[in-house]
Amino acid sequence: MTDVALRAVELGKKYRIGERQTYQTIRDVIAAAARTRLRRLSTRSGPRSSTEEWIWALDDVSFELGEGEALGIIGRNGAGKTTLLKILSRITEPTKGHADITGRVGALLEVGTGFHPELTGRENIALNGAILGMPRAEIERKFDDIVTFAGVERFIETPVKRYSTGMHARLAFAVAAHFEPDVLIVDEVLAVGDAAFQKRCMGKMTDAARSGRTVLFVSHNMAAIESLCSRAIWLEGGRCVADGGPSEVISRYLSTSLSVQNDHLWPDPDVAPGSEQVRMRRARVRPERGSPDDPIFVTTPFVIEFEYWNMRAGAHLNLSLHVFNEQGVLVFNARPAEETVWRGRPFPCGLFRDRCHVPGNLLNVGMHAIELLVVAESRHVIHRMEDVLAFEVRDVDEVEEGWYDAWVGAVRPRLAWETEQVAALDQVALGDG
Amino acid sequence: MDQITSARRTTTTVRPSSGWVAVRPRELWHYRELFYFLTWRDIKVRYKQTAFGAAWAVLQPFLTMVVFSLFFGRLAGIPSGDVPYPVFAFAALVPWTFFATAVALAGNSLVEQERILAKVYFPRLIVPSAAVLASLVDFAIAFVVLLLMMLAYGIVPSAAILTLPLFVLLAAASALAVGLWLSALNVLYRDVRYVIPFLVQLWLFVSPVAYPSSLVPEPWDAVYGLNPMAGVIDGFRWALLGQAEPPGLMLVVSVASIAALLVGGLLYFRRMERSFADVV
Repeated sequence: MTDVALRAVELGKKYRIGERQTYQTIRDVIAAAARTRLRRLSTRSGPRSSTEEWIWALDDVSFELGEGEALGIIGRNGAGKTTLLKILSRITEPTKGHADITGRVGALLEVGTGFHPELTGRENIALNGAILGMPRAEIERKFDDIVTFAGVERFIETPVKRYSTGMHARLAFAVAAHFEPDVLIVDEVLAVGDAAFQKRCMGKMTDAARSGRTVLFVSHNMAAIESLCSRAIWLEGGRCVADGGPSEVISRYLSTSLSVQNDHLWPDPDVAPGSEQVRMRRARVRPERGSPDDPIFVTTPFVIEFEYWNMRAGAHLNLSLHVFNEQGVLVFNARPAEETVWRGRPFPCGLFRDRCHVPGNLLNVGMHAIELLVVAESRHVIHRMEDVLAFEVRDVDEVEEGWYDAWVGAVRPRLAWETEQVAALDQVALGDG
Repeated sequence: MDQITSARRTTTTVRPSSGWVAVRPRELWHYRELFYFLTWRDIKVRYKQTAFGAAWAVLQPFLTMVVFSLFFGRLAGIPSGDVPYPVFAFAALVPWTFFATAVALAGNSLVEQERILAKVYFPRLIVPSAAVLASLVDFAIAFVVLLLMMLAYGIVPSAAILTLPLFVLLAAASALAVGLWLSALNVLYRDVRYVIPFLVQLWLFVSPVAYPSSLVPEPWDAVYGLNPMAGVIDGFRWALLGQAEPPGLMLVVSVASIAALLVGGLLYFRRMERSFADVV
């Protein structure tokens, strides 16, 4: 019987819709006060229910974690995974419930937190370590290991603004990887660097889990969860819907997590998702030819279509799509690079439609989800919608000759392939005899 | 490698708080290394990014002193007691510039550190406090120039100079008090960013920098002391230049005003702290 390292009891976190990551100006406050007053004056059917303005990002989540256990947390975007980590690492307070954690808690919600471009590699290691909560003596003791792990020995006295993106990421992760609290909370930080570096990072994480450290790990990478964790919980809409062995929870999650949502229409721009600058009108996925409701097979060319209102004259807008498969792997990113009519031109106010044509024989079989980003001036993401569309790519009916199993891989292209006989064996054999 | 004895194990409890929350000095002490590193970073970055580096710490008060001497001292003929006007003005501009810099840095500190606030837990009080402490370096450099200037004018300070650290402390406390209010408000209302320069500018003119506080008539000087910097600047002039009588009622009022602002600022900051990460 191991000791309990973490006990979460009925944790809940309530946000006002739109409150997350927004601040106000005094003008907004005055405008809101005026609106409430007007509403009160014009109310006939009693006050509006307040429930519609609040959302429980995390709702009644309880679990216990033994010392040395590694817990994987899975769920769709917006299911409350990050909120849970933020509560447990004390960045934000729960609205209700409580959690008791034994030992030193360390959270890695991001690598390289507090890195300053003007400071050298050496200085940033010290600063980043202090921000994570490593005592100075510990940082000094591990300094050489960190530098070696990151492979930046020659640049340690160089300001990190001169580092390449890869070096920057490696240094940041190296500090994080040498962070050894009793309870380690990690949010999807493994997605940095090249494949070889990621492998080393996974090794470090596995070491942490095996050395008796308690680990909480959020990831979309099911393979990582399965190999690293001894247990998994699945969050859905802020609630914990499954708790158990990782492979069992993962397969339940994968079988139900994505349901087809291939056509969204928001007829009223006032309540449509969007921002002050842009409002969505429609998002859909349909086959290139035939009825919009026809299934999409691996061979079917299809169209991803968005209609949106541009509310700000002169804006330079472009959409950017991220297409994920059901393992959470980003299969591709699409941008209007080949679009010639509106590219680089200011958009007048009005309704726009973008169509992205995806050829057949690209995606593999399975559910896919699309994340939409609306980008202004090629730089600022002014609106982001995770899982705005979800669609299924089905296997072609005819069975490929001699191949009855599923194809593996994120994509399933049809590639030109040649096989030819270069020489006959009996001729070779004859030559020998 | 990391042997953790069970004696060192502490239990952290995460739960909702409500209303006013106490300042936890023990927790602040626990995070003293981070406090040190953030201060150190603020200082380093400040001098790395600027072409003139430390010269800025001197140029700003010095040029202001030249302009003040010309327009207020020479042309407007504002009295400066028994010391030359340039020294009179500079002795006030050195603590004033410290106050103004510290208030601006502290007031914007939380918003500028928003990425860290959203990703790591630590007592948020550290952030504006580190900004105030980092501003002391500029102050120290400018202070050396002030001493050189006194030397050039042949002004020898009396034993009163021994009280100077007290006034430096009061200046820092004033800056922290105002910085706490502004930084917390800045998270909630981004207008504050634009209010700070304006506020500091107005504050300069209601503080006895360009003129002596003796210009304020008798019954009102106590009220004038409600401006924390009135007491601080008068104290500086008295401790360094040996001007007039030692600070009295006005200083008492200033100290009370600083204490009230600081306690209020701490309470307000702690109350708002829990929502910083959600809003920033």
